[in-house]
Amino acid sequence: MSELIIKNGFVFDPLQGIKGDRMDIAVKDGKIVETSALSSPKTIDATGMTVMAGGVDIHSHVVGPKVNVGRLFRPEDKLFKSPHKSPTCNRMEMGFSVPSTFKTGYDYARMGYVFVNEAAMPPLHSPHVHEEIRDTPIIDNAAMPVFGNNWFTLEYLKNNEIENNAAYTAWLLRATRGFGLKVVNPGGSEAWGWGLNCANIHDPVPYFDITPAEIVKGLIETNEFLGLPHSVHLHCNNLGNPGNYVDTLESLKLAEGYAPKNDFGREQVLHLTHLQFHSYGGDSWGNFESRTKDVMDYVNAHDNITVDMGQVTLDETTTMTADGPFEHHLCSLNHLKWANVDVELETAAGVVPYIYSPKVKVCTIQWAVGLEIGLYAKDPMRTFITTDHPNAGPFTRYPQVITWLMSRAARDETMKTFKWLERTIDATSIDSIDRELGLYEIAQMTRAGPAKALGISNTYGGLAPGMDADIAVYALNPEDMPSDPAMIEKAFSRCAWLIKDGVVTVRDGEVVEEPAKRTVWVDVKVPENAQVQRDIYEHFLRHYSVKLDNYSLFEEHLHNPRVIEVDTTQ
Amino acid sequence: MANRITLNMITQRSIEEGVAMEKGKTTPEYFEACSIIEMHDDDVRALGLVPNQLVRVTSECGNVVVKAVRGRQSLYPGLAFIPQGVWANQVVPPRTQATGEPQYSGFPVTVEPVNGEKRKSALELVQGAVGLWRGDQ
Amino acid sequence: MPKKIENVGCPYCGVCCDDLVVTVSDDGKQILEVENACAIGNQIFHHATGSERVKLPRLRQPDGTYKDISYDEAVDYAAKVLYNAKKPLIYGFGSTNCEGMAAAAKVAETAGAVLDNCASICHGSSFLAIFDNGYPSCTLGETKNRADVIVYWGANPAHAHPRHMSRYSIFPRGFFTGKGHKSRKIVVIDPRHTDTAQVADIHLQVKQGHDYELFDAFRAVVRGHEIPEEVAGIKRERILEVVEIMKKARFGTIFYGMGLCHSDGRNHNVDIAISLTRDLNDYTKWTIMAMRGHYNITGPGAVWSWQYGFPYCLDLTKKDIAHMNPGETSSVDLAMRDEVDAFINIGTDAGAHFPIEAVKHLRKHPWITIDPNICMASEISDLHIPVGIVGVEVPGIVYRMDNVPIQYRKVIDPPEGVISDEELFERIHKRLSELEAEEAAKGPAKAAPEGVRAEE
Repeated sequence: MSELIIKNGFVFDPLQGIKGDRMDIAVKDGKIVETSALSSPKTIDATGMTVMAGGVDIHSHVVGPKVNVGRLFRPEDKLFKSPHKSPTCNRMEMGFSVPSTFKTGYDYARMGYVFVNEAAMPPLHSPHVHEEIRDTPIIDNAAMPVFGNNWFTLEYLKNNEIENNAAYTAWLLRATRGFGLKVVNPGGSEAWGWGLNCANIHDPVPYFDITPAEIVKGLIETNEFLGLPHSVHLHCNNLGNPGNYVDTLESLKLAEGYAPKNDFGREQVLHLTHLQFHSYGGDSWGNFESRTKDVMDYVNAHDNITVDMGQVTLDETTTMTADGPFEHHLCSLNHLKWANVDVELETAAGVVPYIYSPKVKVCTIQWAVGLEIGLYAKDPMRTFITTDHPNAGPFTRYPQVITWLMSRAARDETMKTFKWLERTIDATSIDSIDRELGLYEIAQMTRAGPAKALGISNTYGGLAPGMDADIAVYALNPEDMPSDPAMIEKAFSRCAWLIKDGVVTVRDGEVVEEPAKRTVWVDVKVPENAQVQRDIYEHFLRHYSVKLDNYSLFEEHLHNPRVIEVDTTQ
Repeated sequence: MANRITLNMITQRSIEEGVAMEKGKTTPEYFEACSIIEMHDDDVRALGLVPNQLVRVTSECGNVVVKAVRGRQSLYPGLAFIPQGVWANQVVPPRTQATGEPQYSGFPVTVEPVNGEKRKSALELVQGAVGLWRGDQ
Repeated sequence: MPKKIENVGCPYCGVCCDDLVVTVSDDGKQILEVENACAIGNQIFHHATGSERVKLPRLRQPDGTYKDISYDEAVDYAAKVLYNAKKPLIYGFGSTNCEGMAAAAKVAETAGAVLDNCASICHGSSFLAIFDNGYPSCTLGETKNRADVIVYWGANPAHAHPRHMSRYSIFPRGFFTGKGHKSRKIVVIDPRHTDTAQVADIHLQVKQGHDYELFDAFRAVVRGHEIPEEVAGIKRERILEVVEIMKKARFGTIFYGMGLCHSDGRNHNVDIAISLTRDLNDYTKWTIMAMRGHYNITGPGAVWSWQYGFPYCLDLTKKDIAHMNPGETSSVDLAMRDEVDAFINIGTDAGAHFPIEAVKHLRKHPWITIDPNICMASEISDLHIPVGIVGVEVPGIVYRMDNVPIQYRKVIDPPEGVISDEELFERIHKRLSELEAEEAAKGPAKAAPEGVRAEE
């Protein structure tokens, strides 16, 4: 079948420790192979360019019910901000902060990304998630069902029944064709069913009488009991509030004493997501300040934790999270429109538009907090670039985030636009950091690291023979980096080439082919568990509004699956 | 006793209309479920109607003959109801207040007794409106 | 042996009951029995095999009669109508699956059509209000498990959503609501003493068209302000009493219907209902939900939002960018302004449910109806293309009124040769793409079907 050779580029592959060596990458039948395995390949000349594996996004809200609420209730997000249809693409592209599924797929591809992990799937809505996955072209998707407020989980963990919780977890992953364990404001979103919240990780959940701390620990134990590819993926309590770094440190400490058990090369037991939203000091918006240093010191010192940034991009965007009480709180701050969906027995969700303005002090401090995370990171294999799309900004700003991390000049340029520059500098340490990340570190933070943390680094995130032939080529010469940071941003916005599954998908920044995308999910085999089966039967009989047999995703609604199997019965 | 009175018209779903619609809009059930008007007893008396008498309902954009019946769901004086469907839509004003939604509820109509006229069938009304009605075959 | 099929979804209303049990004859051709469905749902299943079905597309002849044609001919006709129209309108979708909606959108995008759904004349006002004010809502199971106060405002589920009250709101026993009906207060606000009002603890007989005033009074009281002796026909004491019940609720849901959307004020009535819900959340937990009509009328709003970012009234005529402006791009307004020059009615019956004036305007141009059954639209069309009945003969995903996706099954095969909406639109798309390609190759060469003109 098809053969391809990408010749003479500067290759950055942290999974193999390749740091910008001039190499050829060979592709055959959708896989990366040794160059000797090719007979008559088509040649792509990557001379003077940077070659990396296709990008892997560990945390992004791209498909599913709350994303779609964001699209539906913000017609203004389409005004003036939607491009005209590209003549080389099959479909129109609409929206800015919450783009249409088509625009999502195309834009990720243009940036050289091939895998995106949907950050929160309400299990009851899994057929919706999979419908949107079908309509998101090119990129492979996984989706994490949310567990942190699920009644089954709360009941099992309250009784310390890890094995039962594991059996239920395996069942739910299969029912939703899900990828891993997402936890959002553990306990707090259940409390939100009564209009309440959990104030800290020791504040018990109404009725269920279990604390967020117990939920997180129980889920870590469940995750390692099962040996899943990914770890617990936590959006911890008290997001977005001044002084919350204390809660964040407490949440991180919950992972102490746990070691990863899995066959997928994953080394963390806890991924704490969009850390930027959780690294605040002060006790009011008046004395709001960065405590990134405290948090990152802890992260740097603990190998069993990974984090992602959640970088504020200073855009008008749309916030959306399963943290229902937070969104209600946010709408009481900005008085914009507020959508909320509480999901029976499982979770909640809220959506509120938000304008991160360079004229607002809190916003510019948030911007600095995010970058400090990336710049304080000792191990870029454990610190990933995200914008918690679209919460802190749209994913299409990744090139800008990369540029800020790579260039002090770029940061200075942006800071010049701040109305409260002095106060921002006072409240953060951004101005004292001169560090500029290199291309190898960027490759760690955008493909190798996330792939490893997700437990998929045997397939994605690297360029070793046998892996998927997902290859991004950027028009950047590491030996002659542009002095103008805008050129870095441009190169990462529109890759010179993207090869997806061995198919030339993007050329000169334009999508030229739309190869079939995949749905990646985790199928866990566990022993029969009669009690859990009975509990599932009972809850569906009495409390769910849909029938059990209609809840699990029908096979016909799963599109082009790639299943990762885990067998706990051996 | 008045020859005609002006009422405030609403048109909404009834379960009889729902059942009949699924059976078919050309069925006698649909005809009986939808070609009716319900009014308050005071207004029925004001018009001197006997039960099941036919009346003409006229709005700003059309008129239709329907049967005055006593409904189960009572209204207050001055309010009238025709179940949503073909007959109601002969008189529903298409004005939308720039929302896309016609004025299905809350528009003035006059109601008057008619003699010697029959209710038209759904097909006659709709096909007739677009010049495709060829009479009962 | 007859076969029982369980957990069948009902293709009638937005309640989307998924607990039907349908008994099918041995040969799989007859529906013998339907359990758990309401009177209307029952009728849908029995009608599928108990009546004479249209099995081939029918094309209007110059003498006004219909003649059977093949699906290939019908697909070609539809594609050419779309291809030649400057601004075709594809409208309906209340009664099909999401797969069909996605396929239709592809056709509309290629053809440069206006794409609209029944929300345009139904809960479109709700969308307008949601655009402005948001939508604090929940899934129906939340209401069942938690709610101790239920408000139906301008909605009459006893008639329009027959099992809504028993499945989700008034009667069911849920996790925190073990006493069922006994543990709940029911408030109905409606100008008629409806059958829904019959089961309420409190019925406020609001003056028709004055809902906004009444909401405003509610908000004033919630915020601690004085209100007049009487508002919208309701005495002050009654308003105070109901507001007190609402503020003291542990969890409440306002279900509202066409009483708000079809009356003067339209979206403003919904907007203030949402504002009241927001206000109440400063005290306790309140949610609000639109009583969406058809079983999958929520579907097009979902599918087209993820495909284009707009739930309805999509103007795709530019072919490279979508535009939405209800009032301008809404079906009835387009019809009344004579802006569209071809009409496809799919999964609805505009012939019966549009104001007749709008029907007359649309019928000046080619009119194609895609529907399993004979309806008013099919009987005034140039072309009627029959399709399988979703939920009976065609499976697929539908969205319940609370946006929860429900996976529908099929219980029998469609009549021999009859295809699904999805397949039909895929075939139209293929033909349309061929026409575009031919055009690109050699310029316009095809005869435009003009339809059989209505008499002036």
